[in-house]
Amino acid sequence: MLKPVQWDDSRASEIIAMHASLDGAALPVLHALQDEFGFIPDQAIPLVASALNLSKAEIHGIVTFYHDFRRTPPGRHVLKLCRAEACQSMNSSGLAIDFLSKLGISWGETTRDGTLTVEGVYCLGLCACSPSALFDGEPIGRLDMARLDAVVQQARDS
Amino acid sequence: MALIQETDYGTPIRKSDAMVSLVIDGQAVTVPAGTSVMAAAMMMGTKIPKLCATDSLEPFGSCRLCLVEIEGRRGTPASCTTPVEADMVVHTQTSRLADLRRGVMELYISDHPLDCLTCSANGDCELQDMAGDVGLREIRYGYKGDNHLKAPIDTSNPYFTFEDSKCIVCSRCVRACEEVQGTFALTIQGRGFDSRVSPGGTDFFGSECVSCGACVQACPTATLNEKSVIELGKPEHSVITTCAYCGVGCSFKAEMKGNTVVRMVPYKDGKANEGHSCVKGRFAWGYATHKERITTPMIREKITDPWRIVSWEKAFEHAASEFKRIQTQYGRDSIGGITSSRCTNEETFLVQKLVRAGFGNNNVDTCARVCHSPTGYGLKTTLGTSAGTQDFASVSQADVIVVIGANPTDGHPVFASRMKRRLREEARLIVIDPRRIDLVKSPHVLADYHLQLLPGTNVALINALAHVVVTEGLVNEAYIRERCDPADFESWARFIAEDRHSPEAVERVTGVPAADMRAAARLYATGGNAAIYYGLGVTEHSQGSTMVMGMANLAMATGNLGRGGVGINPLRGQNNVQGSCDMGSFPHEFSGYRHVSDDATRHMFEALWNVPLRSDPGLRIPNMLDEAVEGRFKGLYIQGEDIAQSDPDTQHVTAGLESMECIVIQDIFLNETAKYAHVFLPGSSFLEKDGTFTNAERRINRVRKVMPPLAGMADWEVTIALSNALGYRMNYAHPSEIMDEISRLTPTFAGVSYEKLDLLGSIQWPCNEAAPLGTPTMHVDRFVRGKGKFMLTEFVPTEERTGPLFPLLLTTGRILTQYNVGAQTRRTENSRWHEEDVLEIHPFDAESRGIVAGDMVLLESRSGGITLRALISERMQPGVVYTTFHHAKTGANVVTTDYSDWATNCPEYKVTAVQVRRTNRLSDWQEMFLEEEQRLKRIETPLNAAE
Repeated sequence: MLKPVQWDDSRASEIIAMHASLDGAALPVLHALQDEFGFIPDQAIPLVASALNLSKAEIHGIVTFYHDFRRTPPGRHVLKLCRAEACQSMNSSGLAIDFLSKLGISWGETTRDGTLTVEGVYCLGLCACSPSALFDGEPIGRLDMARLDAVVQQARDS
Repeated sequence: MALIQETDYGTPIRKSDAMVSLVIDGQAVTVPAGTSVMAAAMMMGTKIPKLCATDSLEPFGSCRLCLVEIEGRRGTPASCTTPVEADMVVHTQTSRLADLRRGVMELYISDHPLDCLTCSANGDCELQDMAGDVGLREIRYGYKGDNHLKAPIDTSNPYFTFEDSKCIVCSRCVRACEEVQGTFALTIQGRGFDSRVSPGGTDFFGSECVSCGACVQACPTATLNEKSVIELGKPEHSVITTCAYCGVGCSFKAEMKGNTVVRMVPYKDGKANEGHSCVKGRFAWGYATHKERITTPMIREKITDPWRIVSWEKAFEHAASEFKRIQTQYGRDSIGGITSSRCTNEETFLVQKLVRAGFGNNNVDTCARVCHSPTGYGLKTTLGTSAGTQDFASVSQADVIVVIGANPTDGHPVFASRMKRRLREEARLIVIDPRRIDLVKSPHVLADYHLQLLPGTNVALINALAHVVVTEGLVNEAYIRERCDPADFESWARFIAEDRHSPEAVERVTGVPAADMRAAARLYATGGNAAIYYGLGVTEHSQGSTMVMGMANLAMATGNLGRGGVGINPLRGQNNVQGSCDMGSFPHEFSGYRHVSDDATRHMFEALWNVPLRSDPGLRIPNMLDEAVEGRFKGLYIQGEDIAQSDPDTQHVTAGLESMECIVIQDIFLNETAKYAHVFLPGSSFLEKDGTFTNAERRINRVRKVMPPLAGMADWEVTIALSNALGYRMNYAHPSEIMDEISRLTPTFAGVSYEKLDLLGSIQWPCNEAAPLGTPTMHVDRFVRGKGKFMLTEFVPTEERTGPLFPLLLTTGRILTQYNVGAQTRRTENSRWHEEDVLEIHPFDAESRGIVAGDMVLLESRSGGITLRALISERMQPGVVYTTFHHAKTGANVVTTDYSDWATNCPEYKVTAVQVRRTNRLSDWQEMFLEEEQRLKRIETPLNAAE
């Protein structure tokens, strides 16, 4: 389970400083911020830009290029459903449509109770057990509606 | 006349000694190695279709239109990213390529509005051109798919719009912002179909954009377009001229519709700017036709009278009779003149000629007195010539760049872009400045050392750097043996090696850690080509001249003079400050910096001007004002300068002005000084006349008339008429005749003529028999004065001291969007970026005074006080505050003192002891200002209007 921490400029600066000296530091820095806070808020952009001596526009470009970076806080749990070809061939699309409508959300959104965010990803390398997903970073395979319902239940319970 | 169309080679022109021969479309062509196939084709006149390529930017290879076939290679490589190779055989037009290009264009147009006829770029659109070139006839995909046609338009920038629906995402704007301007304010947001150009997720006005116009210039469609073009339509002819803002002297194409400027477009062939521009020159020219322009002559008996509109004849007659009366009553020396660094060389030359020959004295001075007079003195004394040593392009060869008391990204933005480009490549950077200017740290630029000294301690610091060079054995002895005076060097080296000049000894005085001074000195001396660039933070001190000589000492000692990539370079403030000095504007010098007491020179002038000339120097501006207060100086002719706002200690200036009996102001606006004037002669802007400006690299650039003078006379014509009214005959039909006289009388200008300027585009003086094409780099084999002269540079602190009553130091400067006294930029949309002067203060100083951001504070010195808003900023160091002088109503110079440079009287704007406290009212001076703004600027309603 994610334990998102409230945004805090000085904590963020510490995290940035830990990675700022790496070559091509922007991605490790942004990942580290998202790991800590669950998302990359607007306040992060100038901090990262200044620390890496890049422009705010450049950081904005990087953050918006990668779908993995979130701009708003996620729910308490995140489910990443694979939408790539192998999973599609095992009916991941139909499953996802049914699942999302059951939850009353669309891709990238969070259930109203704040429990679960569902995001699409393109290939987790788990094609052999399609359709597949990541739940809070843990892989799950051979998805069907029952398994997804269990995931939702697990999310609600914890 | 027609629009000037510059050739776009698609990729940058490469320089190489190695040449490569290849065959393109059956034709043999030989080009420098490194040239792209696209540029090679263009050199033989073959345009390969392209969208993402333009020759101001490195090749990118994204648009897929410039594909070619190369024999022996598979596929269809992009010609922009493919360098030429020997014996390559290239085909640019085949049926296979035609199909590919048409297919690519179909994709572009399937997501592009089809509103060409009503589009602001109609007729000036590369996408439209390409559709024609590839023979686009249908869009097989239709227009119903997902598209961006409803994307909103961003109109937040006052000068250009961003119309996202027309964007083809070629990234030219993003790359221009990075490569040309160096601001990195644009990016591509998102990915795939969602990829859009974005100024960082906000609107343009709220972004990091500095509105230089490079993106607008680079855009191949209407996506980024000037609002003036949207409003007025396509221009029909263009004229090459020179910007009238800072000393960079950018060349522009004034693109016109009749007499109306549609837009100013930076000119690629301009040697100072090479196609780049800043927000001032590119966009802020609207002041030229602002409704506050005064276009009729006016006179009045007393300054409290309203102005009376009169004919030109009446105005000249009145001014002449008053000057004559004053000279009869108070003596020949009781009047004088001030030339303008904003006017042309020719106009400046005429004003000093009028004073020397017409007034019969040498009471002429110029605004350079208050900015770069120490540069003239210091560089002439040490090296032999009163000017910077390099051309701007030299910075691209510098390995170590030292910026002292200058803020190029704000004051000289186009040169700053060149400098930043070199810094991004590999050059190291040392910044010596009391403030953390943008160059210290901004995207992709980081100074190796920022020596954040206390204002007023420049000389101590430069001496410490020289001390390290001398005592650590970093002197270039061979260079000194060959080029410098050995005895002077010996005595200087002994002086500078004394312990009292060591970094450790001056650490407390300068506030800079000794280790940083040592490291910076070592870097300067051993880092390869080291170049010094400096501004008014060097000159505007009571030791300004000493500091200039201190820099010259350091450069000579390390051999950093006389070739590309090195040198000592003043960044001149105003467009023609170099020229006004060259033209003999100082009371002691004729044109070309020759002393009035030099008999041979004076006799030459006397012979040509047909009048005896005085051999004793006349009064400097501060002396004129002092003499006026004493009642001995009574009349002044001021062309294009506003000393009541720009000169220090405003109340002393206005006391001097109030004591005079006839002040003649020639200006485009009723400026602050005009409040104290008796005759107003309407001036002409740079768009209304012919002439030349000389920029900071000694480059003489042509100014060309694009519209008739609003008041009917250009400035040079006004001076001629005034002189004739006074009885000293002047007769020139065109400014070129004035330049001919300048070149006859001035050895460094001997080879300059309008004909040659038209031929070469521009000339860097000296230009004479020895250097017929001009001189980009000075002192190449030997110094102009012969042997370089080391001068002893004792640090004598200013008498302006902080104390219990005035514990802080004030230093002044400027910001990007405003220019000097603001007379021009305040009358443009530039004020949206900077509406008022603010006081920058360190959080520590603010907190101890209970000041929070946005508070009104009283800034007070021994001279006077003003109220302004506080901006809390960590750019400042504790104990130092900063403001700008762009707004007359703020009155920054009420606070500055009349301390000045020991050699040249250049005022000490940069060091004033002050106190700051919260207040809720305007200062007494500001209240008086508002009252006088009403009382002394009244214009009588003309009779015919009243009837």
